[in-house]
Amino acid sequence: MSYDIKIDNFEGPLDLLLHLIRKNEMDIYNIPIAEITVQYLATIDTMQSLNLDVAGEFLLMAATLLHIKSRLLLPQPEEEYIEEDEEDPRAELVRRLLEYQKYQAAARELDERELLGRELFARTFPSPELGEQEEDEFVAVGLYDLVEAMRALLRQRPQAAYHEVTFEQLSVSERINQILTQLADRERLTFGELFGESPSRHEVVVSFLAMLELVKLRMARLLQEARFGTIWLYPAVAESPADFELDEEALGYG
Amino acid sequence: MDDLKAIVEALVFVSESPVKIEQIAEALDLEKPKVSAVLLELCREYEGNDRGFELQRVAGGYQFRTRARHAEWVRRLSRAKPFRFSRAAMETLAIIAYRQPVTRADIEYLRGVDSGGVLKTLLDKRLVRILGKKDIPGRPMIYGTSRGFLELFGLNDLSGLPTLKEFDQLSLDLPLSEVAADGNQTP
Repeated sequence: MSYDIKIDNFEGPLDLLLHLIRKNEMDIYNIPIAEITVQYLATIDTMQSLNLDVAGEFLLMAATLLHIKSRLLLPQPEEEYIEEDEEDPRAELVRRLLEYQKYQAAARELDERELLGRELFARTFPSPELGEQEEDEFVAVGLYDLVEAMRALLRQRPQAAYHEVTFEQLSVSERINQILTQLADRERLTFGELFGESPSRHEVVVSFLAMLELVKLRMARLLQEARFGTIWLYPAVAESPADFELDEEALGYG
Repeated sequence: MDDLKAIVEALVFVSESPVKIEQIAEALDLEKPKVSAVLLELCREYEGNDRGFELQRVAGGYQFRTRARHAEWVRRLSRAKPFRFSRAAMETLAIIAYRQPVTRADIEYLRGVDSGGVLKTLLDKRLVRILGKKDIPGRPMIYGTSRGFLELFGLNDLSGLPTLKEFDQLSLDLPLSEVAADGNQTP
């Protein structure tokens, strides 16, 4: 018996099972487990024979099917021993299949909408950098923006050092104090300025941690000019630094 | 401000993302209901006239957008091909949109497959954002849809999402890609 289906077209085991059930017009509340297991395993075999990388999830589902099948084969317990909440071993699988189908349908419906940039178009603005923005139009910097900025920095900055003679480890608390001095002189610093010119990887990491600590201690604020804009570090109106114990141990970098 | 309607129109015209009633009200030093009434009037005018674009309410604001029936002509100018989301991306996005806040584990249980890669793509495209961390062991990240999601799908807010259809039977209309696959199957 051959299975004329396109193999690599399934999103996952649930998708494959739904396909098999539909194709065979099976009743979802009474899935013939033996039959579906045979077909499911045959499909996976075909996948493997085509050298397709069969993801672990497909194998896990195969094991689940076999487990359900074996439970169905076990003799039913005598009537007086049947517990009330003894469920059909297939029930959880059926629930998952129906739930998955629900989101497949929702995904299709979303995809059929008129999308911006596909069916509908808005004006584009090529140079958002033009025009000074007021400070109160700034938005708080999200975690994800910050991670992106850090990644970009690590990608571009550190180069091989040829003349590494002395090795001075800068500590996070030292860096915090340096940044505070910088902020006292200037009103604000850009994210890039925090790291100075061609810092080592160590300096980048220490500066980044120092910046995070300052934000956590509410001594500085990170703001951004709209989305994708420059990230700025502002001093926050907070207690003076002297109120804090800024030793490495207290910060947890000991 | 005799030509209030024209002024409001100008503000919408120059706004990069859907502009909110509050923003216009603040800029013009007007009450919100007044601005709202003008915007609705503009919406109606554009809807009625046979113009190349209309004023739409998206992501809690207002934006001029072209009409779907002109999509092909607009694309000819920009020489852009209509983009297509993968099924994995759409499924993941649908789950996040309807179930937010969700963890990656929630998504993977529903889809039955690893969804880390898709999730990262959706984060990169800023359709999905991290809402925070869930207060359970391991403190997993929780995800939700972003403003960009509303803008892309032309929704004013999440309540505008189509109602989820509950199935108690297997639906017989196949997913699009399976229909496509059946079309070129080998005998």
